[in-house]
Order: sequence, then structure tokens, then C-alpha cells
Amino acid sequence: MKTTWQTALIVGASSGIGAALVKRLAAQGCRVAAVARRSDKLENLVVGAHAAGGGGEVLPYVADVRDAQSVPELFATITGDLGGLDLVIYAAGVMHPVQFEEYETVKDLEMLRINLSGAVAWLNPAAQRFGRLKKGTIVGIGSVAGDRGRSGSPVYNTSKAGLHTYLEALRNRVGRYGVKVVTIKPGFVDTAMTRGLPGLFWLISADRAAEVILKKARKGVVTAYVPGRWRLVMLIIRSMPSFIFRRLKV
Amino acid sequence: MLSADRLEWVGGWGEVLGDAGYVYRPSTLEGIREIFGEARAGEVPVALRGAGCSYGDAALRAESVVMDLSRMDRILAWDRETGIIDLEPGVTLRRLWRFVLGDGWWPPVVTGTMETSVGGCLAMNVHGKNNWARGTFGEHCLEFDLVTADGALRTVRRNDDPETFNAVVGSFGMLGVITRARLQMKKITSGLVEAKAVAAPDLETLLRLTDEAKDQWEYVVGWIDAFPKGRKLGRGLLHFARHLEPGEDAEPAQTLRAEAQDLPEDVFMMPKSAMWRLIKPFTNRPGMKWINRLKYFSGATLGEGAVYRQTFAEFSFLLDYVPNWKRIYRPGGLIQHQSFVPVDKAEAVFRRQLEACHKARQPAFLGVLKRHRPDDCLMGHGLDGFSLALDFPVVAGRRERLWQLVRTMAEDVVDAGGRFYAAKDAAIPGELYRASFREDQVERLLALKAELDPCAVLRTALGDRLLGN
Repeated sequence: MKTTWQTALIVGASSGIGAALVKRLAAQGCRVAAVARRSDKLENLVVGAHAAGGGGEVLPYVADVRDAQSVPELFATITGDLGGLDLVIYAAGVMHPVQFEEYETVKDLEMLRINLSGAVAWLNPAAQRFGRLKKGTIVGIGSVAGDRGRSGSPVYNTSKAGLHTYLEALRNRVGRYGVKVVTIKPGFVDTAMTRGLPGLFWLISADRAAEVILKKARKGVVTAYVPGRWRLVMLIIRSMPSFIFRRLKV
Repeated sequence: MLSADRLEWVGGWGEVLGDAGYVYRPSTLEGIREIFGEARAGEVPVALRGAGCSYGDAALRAESVVMDLSRMDRILAWDRETGIIDLEPGVTLRRLWRFVLGDGWWPPVVTGTMETSVGGCLAMNVHGKNNWARGTFGEHCLEFDLVTADGALRTVRRNDDPETFNAVVGSFGMLGVITRARLQMKKITSGLVEAKAVAAPDLETLLRLTDEAKDQWEYVVGWIDAFPKGRKLGRGLLHFARHLEPGEDAEPAQTLRAEAQDLPEDVFMMPKSAMWRLIKPFTNRPGMKWINRLKYFSGATLGEGAVYRQTFAEFSFLLDYVPNWKRIYRPGGLIQHQSFVPVDKAEAVFRRQLEACHKARQPAFLGVLKRHRPDDCLMGHGLDGFSLALDFPVVAGRRERLWQLVRTMAEDVVDAGGRFYAAKDAAIPGELYRASFREDQVERLLALKAELDPCAVLRTALGDRLLGN
């Protein structure tokens, strides 16, 4: 059965897939809490949603996902302001460029804090709430990069693989109560994160990605590759023996 | 910040409306004050909740504190000579009648279920099957203690301050928490009533027989088969009852035992706890049409004119015969539309309501008729007339049509000078509810609200909807 949402929370909403999700949900009449660091970008979303009509509303909240301490209070404020919560999407993520022989621990740990620890900080209260209320949808934006450990980006891959596992565990915890936990694994999406990277293919816009993500989340699928053709590609890559995979220049 | 541990899904009895709320269950006056303090500090509204028997959104509000008073269920004082009892708000009618019966007393007004709480009954100023004879629940309350949102406690007595008294009673929890109520019970000499069943082939006869019976019988209630059209429209069965006079019951000490009042364990040889599962497959239009038809014909033939004795509980608490009967309406739940219409316009309005249901292809699965009298409550639903309560299943995809039907019926009720019952409501637009009162009545309630609860701490989804907050 398809789900309808009246209220949503998007973490990592200022640009890329997060911003596109905010715009789409607001255009569908949803009240959306948009969480991000950059207030000017959030303000643009508020104004844009208002100008676009559609009956929705964007409520901006400036917060840094690296600040896990502030999440419980802000989460409670947001649910109060929204008057409920039906959908939570964790879309915050960074992929710092790393050289092949680079081992920059500070940079790597920050990636883990944003991509994985931030997700835990925001999705833990969401799972607790939805589990208790026996309803709700949680979506985590992972990546095809999380399916294998590539030599080119060890920690980014790790952060996304960790996110996938965390989402699976949440699903096993709260899925029994009727809560949907959806893992999204996008391929290459045309955002600031990928702009300028070499060797991109099957590039889709952030808006198209948002459209597919919401469609999959409504259906309550467990894991969705975006676009869908990545499923076959990643099946092959995941099935590849390690001794072959490590010889690939990826 | 409110603790996430408190978060619960808080639903209306009809299982249609509900929201997440931070539920607190105080057991003392101090506990209530602490909750109000916490809510004021966090600028979070507080919705009051009794036994949760209101059908719609009366005892809930999204992301608000829900103060559930069911743990405040102590009987504080009882005078078996005068029949005056002091109670906390969470005492249920079940507990109340079982407690006073043995001394030869009975609550003068009871709802169709014994699971309602005293606090809820006062907040909604509920009525029973004897509304014409005995008035509303609030009319048998002598005084109550009221805690306002600032934590102040005051005793409000009917005789000393009737204006505040009649405003708080029936104000659906918008003015304060009743922490103690003093009620006057009714003296009885037997645990039995004498009842009579009569069939009415159409709406006009049903209303006429109800009106004729109101001065001869204390209890008068009608059941309507809402499925037939044309000349059979509004056909139904009436049940009248009266208390036994002294000497009529040969064994009053036996019938005044609480155990003698217990409802039967089995219904049609089925454990009553399983009955709803048996009925559920028939909870659709064809099924309910046949159940209603069967009930009418069995009443009109086998039961017609029968005079029989029943215990008070058997006659009063029909809704408790089948525990959890609301589950037959799952997954969508049910709403009830109960409208009160003056005597001279009742037949025409109820006829149009039943016809509107047919036109919308939403016949009510259950219809109940009662006779009423005016009450002194500021936001009371009482008037010299009849009420018709119609139960509707809520089905996904047809919800908007049902809400439109309710609106259409409500507009007609307002035009006829009628009223609505907040305890049952889930769907009436606020402007129609307010239009059913004189302008100065709503203004008086809002003025009193501003005086007793200036920060608007006490709010419910129903209050927001009906009062337009």
C-alpha cells in the first residue's frame, strides 16, 4: 500500500538531493522541516516553496549534523513545530577527494561524522519515535559506493557501507511495528559533490533522483538503486571475487 | 523539552482520529501542578483525557502533553444516608455504580457504556436514556474542585457560582481539571427495572411513541434501522424502562448486589469477548442491512409489546454487551453523528438525514433515537427535542464523501436550531458548531477561557476545531 505523508524532516537539505527532496515534498503539499548548516540556502527553499504554491510549507532549521548533542532537543522542537512526523530522510553527506596514497585521518573522520555518525544521531530518535507510534518512514541516502571497498575512497565507502548496515539493523528493529526503513543507493547524481569528477556515467539530476527516491519510499521498498539499472551493475560488482576486484583501477 | 519516553499514540475511541502525544498520568493534585508547570515552561499545550471514550478528537492533540487522569480514581467520601459521594475524576461509572448499589443508590445519569469516567462525563455533560426525566450528568453534580492551568485550586459550587459551574460543565476540558466532584446519587429500592419493547413501522410513529412515553417511563430509547427507504424510512424499536416501586421486587437485597448486575458472559452461546470477530465479516452494507432487518423483524414479532424485567446494568450499558465492538469497523474505524433537533422540526430533519445517507450511499450501520430536554450548561447540547445518533464506518477512499455528508446534515441541523454532541463528534466543521449556539454563548466561553487559562495551555484537537483556535 502506498503511503501519504503530511509531515517530513529532511536532514542535509541545503543542496543536492536533499534540496530536491524538500522542493518535491513541499510541492506535494507536505510540511517539511529542512535541516542544514547554511541558512541562506534554507531561506531560498522557504521562498521557493512559497512561490511554487502546491500547498506545502518549508520550515528551516540551521544545524550542523556533526553536533550530535543538539539533536534530541532540536528533533523534539521540529516534531512539535510540524505537528507530527511521517517521514525522515537523512540526506547529509560529503565525499572529500583523496589521493591514491593519501591517509588524512582528520579529513576521513569528518566524513564518518557527517555520513554515518550524523545519520545515527538523527535516525535514532526517529526510529524510537516511529517504533513507539508503530508508523512512519525512515529513508537513508547511501550510495552504490558502499557496496564494495574501493582503493580510491576507503572511508567514503566505509561510511556508506556503515550507513547501509545501520539502516538494515533499524529495519530489523522497528520494521516489525510497521515502520518502513528504506536504503537508497544512488549512482552518479549531478550535484556539487560529483561536479568535476572524472569518469561519470549514467548521470541523473538531483530532481530526478528525488523523484525516484520518494517513489521507492512510498512503496516501502527495502533497498533501491537510483536509477534502477545500478542494481544489475552492483550485483555483478558485489559478486566479483576479491582477488579480481582489487586489481581493478577503481 | 518533553521526554521522548512519554511519547504515545493517543487515539479517539472510534479509531479514526489520533495523534502522537506526550502522555502523563498524574495521581495527585501535586502531580497535576507539576505537569502544568512543565507544559507552561516548555510552552506546550495540555490536552485532558479521561477514559478515552470520546469518539473523535476530544482527548488528544498532536505533539502536546496529554494529561490522562485515569489514575486519579479514588472514592474520597460516601454518605450512604444522603447518597452524596465525593470522587476523583478518573473513577469510572463501572466503579461508581458497583460501589453505591449495595447501599440502595444508583448514578442518576449513565452513558451507554460504563467505562466512561466521572471527569469525562462532566467535561462533556453526558446524558443517558433518561435525559427527559433526569437531565444531564452535570445536573446531579453539586460541586467540584477545579485546577486551572496556573495550578490554582478553587471549589466551584452550583448554588454559589452557577455561572462558572455551568460553563465548566460541558466545556470539554477547556477551562481546567476537575480534581474532585461531589455527586448526588439516586435512591433505588431494587436492582431491576421493568422494561417494555415496542416496534414502530416508520419514523413518524417512532417519534410519536417516544414522545408519548417520555412522561410515563423514566428511560426511553429508540433503535432505528437506517437502511429502509420510502414509507419504512426510520422504522425501529423502542425500549422503555422504569425503576421498580418499593415492594415490587421480592428480593431487593439480592438484586442490589453488584454481582447480580454483571452482564452475561456469553452472547448467543459465544464468549462475548469473541463476538466482534463473529460480526466483523458482516460489517459491510449488505451484511448490516440484513442484521438491521433481522433485528427489526424479531423485535416487531417476537418482542412486540413484551414487558420484562432486567437488571440496571443490562438495560443501561448496551454498549458493553460486546466488548471491543468498535473493532468490527477496523481498519478504518467509525464516526458517529449525533444531532439534537427541536420537537417540531425533528421528523423533517431526521427524514432528510436518512435520505441524505442513502443518496450518498452511506447508510448508517446503527441509529439511536432519544428524547431530550434543555439544560443549564453554557455549551450544552440539550434542547426540547430529539436526538438521532448515526454510526458510520470510515472506509479508505470514501472518507471525504462521508465528511461532506456530515457537513450537509450538520448544516440542516443548524438551520433547524439544533445542536451537536462534542463527546461523539469527529467531523463537524467549527463554524457550524459555533453557529448552533447564540453568539454570546461562545463569547462567554472564550471570555472565561481568557480569564481562567490566559496562556491557552488547555487545548485539544476538538477544541481547536470547534472553537476555531
